[in-house]
Amino acid sequence: MLKKFCFVILLFVFLAINAWSAVDSITVLGVWTGSEADAFKKMISPFEMKNGIKVEFTGTRDLPTILTTRVEAGNPPDVSVLPNPGQMIEFAKNDQLIDLSTFMDMDALKNDYAPTWLDLGSYMGKLHGVFISADLKSLVWYNPKAFSSSGYNVPSTWEELIALSDKMVEDGKSPWAIGMESGAASGWVGTDWIEDIMLRTVKPEVYDMWVSHEISWLDNRVQRAFELFGEIALNEKYVYGGPNAELTINFGDSPDALFTSPPKAFMHRQATFIRSFILDHFPDLIPGEDFDFFPLPPIDPELGTPALGAADMFAMFNDTPEARSFMEYIVSPEAQEIWVAELGKLSANKRVNPASYPDDLTRKAAKVLSEASAFRFDGSDLMPAAVGAGSFWTGILDYIGGTPLKNVLMTIEATALDAYR
Amino acid sequence: MGCVSSNTAYAEISVNSKRKYAFMRTNKLTPWLYILPAVSVLFFFLVYPSLNTIYISFFNHNSEEFIGFKNFLFCFTNQVMQNSFRNNALWVAIFVPACVFLGLIIAVIVDRVKYESTIKSIIFMPMAISFVGAGVIWKFVFAYRPAADAQTGILNALRSFFHYKPLPWLIMKPWINNFCLIMVGVWIWTGFCMVILSANYKGIPREILEAARVDGANEFRIFWKIILPLMKPTIAVVSTTMIINVLKVFDIVYVMTNGNFNTEVIANRMYKEMFLFRNFGRASAIAVILLVLIVPMIVINIQRFREQEIIR
Repeated sequence: MLKKFCFVILLFVFLAINAWSAVDSITVLGVWTGSEADAFKKMISPFEMKNGIKVEFTGTRDLPTILTTRVEAGNPPDVSVLPNPGQMIEFAKNDQLIDLSTFMDMDALKNDYAPTWLDLGSYMGKLHGVFISADLKSLVWYNPKAFSSSGYNVPSTWEELIALSDKMVEDGKSPWAIGMESGAASGWVGTDWIEDIMLRTVKPEVYDMWVSHEISWLDNRVQRAFELFGEIALNEKYVYGGPNAELTINFGDSPDALFTSPPKAFMHRQATFIRSFILDHFPDLIPGEDFDFFPLPPIDPELGTPALGAADMFAMFNDTPEARSFMEYIVSPEAQEIWVAELGKLSANKRVNPASYPDDLTRKAAKVLSEASAFRFDGSDLMPAAVGAGSFWTGILDYIGGTPLKNVLMTIEATALDAYR
Repeated sequence: MGCVSSNTAYAEISVNSKRKYAFMRTNKLTPWLYILPAVSVLFFFLVYPSLNTIYISFFNHNSEEFIGFKNFLFCFTNQVMQNSFRNNALWVAIFVPACVFLGLIIAVIVDRVKYESTIKSIIFMPMAISFVGAGVIWKFVFAYRPAADAQTGILNALRSFFHYKPLPWLIMKPWINNFCLIMVGVWIWTGFCMVILSANYKGIPREILEAARVDGANEFRIFWKIILPLMKPTIAVVSTTMIINVLKVFDIVYVMTNGNFNTEVIANRMYKEMFLFRNFGRASAIAVILLVLIVPMIVINIQRFREQEIIR
């Protein structure tokens, strides 16, 4: 009897807590799991404490699917991470997003964020998305000690980069370490290369046109980007192990070649996140001393050194006071300082104190990002999946595997004609 | 006590039912009432989705616009799709005979060995591993590193031990990589074929075999003239089951190559169209084609099964 009584009491308490907590809580959907989710929780815990609002966070790698399903079912989360600006535009077109400028302090935002970020988050003059952090992709990683012992200098132009590669070949060494394998996503490494080269050979506006398929894949400018990539990637002497290794080695394992003794390769183009892979494989290496990066050099000097990247973007689906204060909190430098310190991501907010970055290497990346002549989102993420996560990826693999460029581009163009709708 | 009370209850019901439920025994609807739960489950989870899939295969990517046979036209004209059909045919042509043949040989040979159950367990073991797991394991077996490096994959380690150059197995299109994938499938499924065929083999009356031996037939003759004809119905069932299996092959390809380098198969393509490219129409059309390919096999299987029942 007593047991039963206790149980009923407990049940009531439980229900009461539930009912009470339901009053001041918001649901947030994001991509982060594991340590990244922990970092996110750390970032929002001051917000929870201060406002007494409970943040119910769900992290899933399958964000696009889950988010679209929930939105279509009329049950969206209050606030969600969006996979990319393209998705934001899709939602905005259907009037599914809240216009953030209705309640946010726009002057403060304009003060804190570079215009690029606000433009990327706006559609038809309304602000729909805000960015909390970014990953920079246009970096070439190298081993400074190996460079200095062989007498190599960091190149600052594309010609110097190629000249350096040739010099390494003359010395009997392989300049590049490239790995395309990434399970079901194999090929994305190559699409990043093409995007970076596109940004360095055409104006950002033309890049946007390419992404939205206003210029054909058979366009000379696209072809040139592939050819420039091919100069490196198809060159048996340039890439450690040649195309066979490129196609079979996992992207996370490929930079290993830089840190063997003697090094098997000297340069590796990859985003900021590869730092954690390098440290995972070689825990004794010191960032900045044993490995470092330089921005992928400009090709057309007029275009300067643009930056390619991805960014973490938030949008609001339900207009509640709690969601409003959450959005106001995450754009603040206080929130982002916690976030970037945990993960070594780059902040989008200009007021974030550089001292909050975990090391000099991250500070350097932040500098590259802020000094970039232009910033563009990873194009393949913005294209329809049938191209951006389909024929573009496989096209890269085919190209490296020896399929003539014309055929590769014709195949991608055919799927693009069909997929943009 | 429970037993007694339930017996009484049963007696009561049976007495009552003579009067109360008399209509139930005579009504023609009664049997239908009994199978209703099963039929409705079948309808909602099998018939309805199948019909709906056929229906939306005639619509565009978001099922809003009727486009007739365009999705099917795509399936038969698109190069990647044609590739998938070719590869599935290759799977059927190699995987099915290999599995059934190996399964049969092992079943017959192992019957004469002392450690039969141990050997059979080992050969059956891959069946217990998830296909995704098997794909990951074999990806390691086929791993490739540049010739100057230490080879992490067993196959290439063996090759370099004998001073051959390592080969990038999984990207050697279009034949070697497909053979490699099919081999993984055979590795998994041989055990299954073996177990069923072995059970069937053990069912063959020993007297017949003894009689043949007494008549002076050698073991090969016995195999060809007695064992094989007697096992034919089971071999046929196992083969059709394997064909159905192989038409649906997905996991191995998805994990090991994701259909890159000309290894695409129908089911993987369907997955991509559906969950990656969000093209419901095309994915459904592929599903319908797969269904059309598989249905005859199921029909054959059921017919065989019935024939066997009759024999018994």
